[in-house]
Amino acid sequence: MAKIKVPKSAPSLDMTPMVDLAFLLVTFFMLTAKFRNMEPVEANPPASTSLTQLPENVMLITVDTAGRAFFDISGKGTRTKLLERMMVRYPGVKFNQDQIDQFSVMGTFGQPIEALPGYISAEGDAKEKLDKNSKGIPLDSLNNQLADWIIEGYAAFVEDAQANGMTMDDLKKNGLRYALKADSETDYEKVQKVVDVFRSKEIFQFNMVTNLKGSGDNADAKLTAN
Amino acid sequence: MAEIVDAGGGDGKGKKKAKKTPARIDMTPMVDLAFLLLTFFVLAATLAKPKTLEIIYPKKAEDDTTKTKVNFQLATTLLLGEKENEIFYYSGMYKPDSTEIYLTDFSKDGFRKIMLDKNERVNSRVNQLKQLLQEKKIPESQYEDEYKKVVGDSLAPFVVVKTVDKTKYKNVINAIDELNLVNVRKRAIQDMAETEAIAVRQKASELKLDKK
Repeated sequence: MAKIKVPKSAPSLDMTPMVDLAFLLVTFFMLTAKFRNMEPVEANPPASTSLTQLPENVMLITVDTAGRAFFDISGKGTRTKLLERMMVRYPGVKFNQDQIDQFSVMGTFGQPIEALPGYISAEGDAKEKLDKNSKGIPLDSLNNQLADWIIEGYAAFVEDAQANGMTMDDLKKNGLRYALKADSETDYEKVQKVVDVFRSKEIFQFNMVTNLKGSGDNADAKLTAN
Repeated sequence: MAEIVDAGGGDGKGKKKAKKTPARIDMTPMVDLAFLLLTFFVLAATLAKPKTLEIIYPKKAEDDTTKTKVNFQLATTLLLGEKENEIFYYSGMYKPDSTEIYLTDFSKDGFRKIMLDKNERVNSRVNQLKQLLQEKKIPESQYEDEYKKVVGDSLAPFVVVKTVDKTKYKNVINAIDELNLVNVRKRAIQDMAETEAIAVRQKASELKLDKK
């Protein structure tokens, strides 16, 4: 009887389709990934069991432990229009075209508007230093720049939305939301100051940015609630 | 392909035979890298969106006449002191001489339990609604309407969260989160009155909270 020959070579598996797929996915995730801008301030928000996600169109105010306020708003078009409006309100502050372009893609900032052009142009260590020494956006009653940013931000958002053909119904559903991100160790008084600026502009609803509490804790909560 | 031709010193044995087997490249490191990147991007993409807790603040009342009249029998007040563990509550209206304030916390058996008991009627209604929703007997929109009606009932208990300047933001968020869990939607955040702040300080030193 003839013996069955056992092949001597090591068994090999054709990995090509798997590798193809892996690279396809890598490419997909790489292209869809939106890189977060470097945040000038570190604020570690408290945890909650809420599952609501941060809305798409959002104005985000960050408050750090020292009570400094930082401003951010989503949308490139909105940001450009916002800066144009702020230039009308503060004619003494000059921005060049390059700075306006950079502002439209920049993230959070916490500078009084007088220092903003210099801040936009600064880079690397100089920018970090400006962030560190900044007192945040002024929000006291004599020089309430935060209130101006808020109201002009809203106006710029509506203008941009209408330019993009959004109807009033779309705006109702997917309008600008206001988010507040504060460090969990911040004194509440400092958060309240920012909230009061919003309240003086007739804005009462906020999304407080939180981390998700551990799932175990969440399950406990559900059990008790039932 | 790049090949170094050895010109000098040949011993005349003839050309080297080209290999017939197809060229194989070990792809393992490349695949490793691809999967590493894949894992990174997948995780980064899903972790990026932060969660938010919605809070609605009341309009600023111009004077006392525009303030909402409330039934204090339904009220529970949560007092958040300066320190993280200074969390007290009392029921009903505050009378500086007679109202007793109690220590509590945000654990499972703390404030949550107290409010679950107080809010039992609302909670049982909400659970009924949730069950109906799960069994697909009512649509989502109806559930939301009904939910609003139940939690906004005029006889539902309400909670006032009172803070001092130095209250930690974390505690305020925790308080609101707890209220969400026990379906207390009628609530407000206010500044603490001076008499209450004194009571909190007294109680805290009595219980030696700062030594913990």
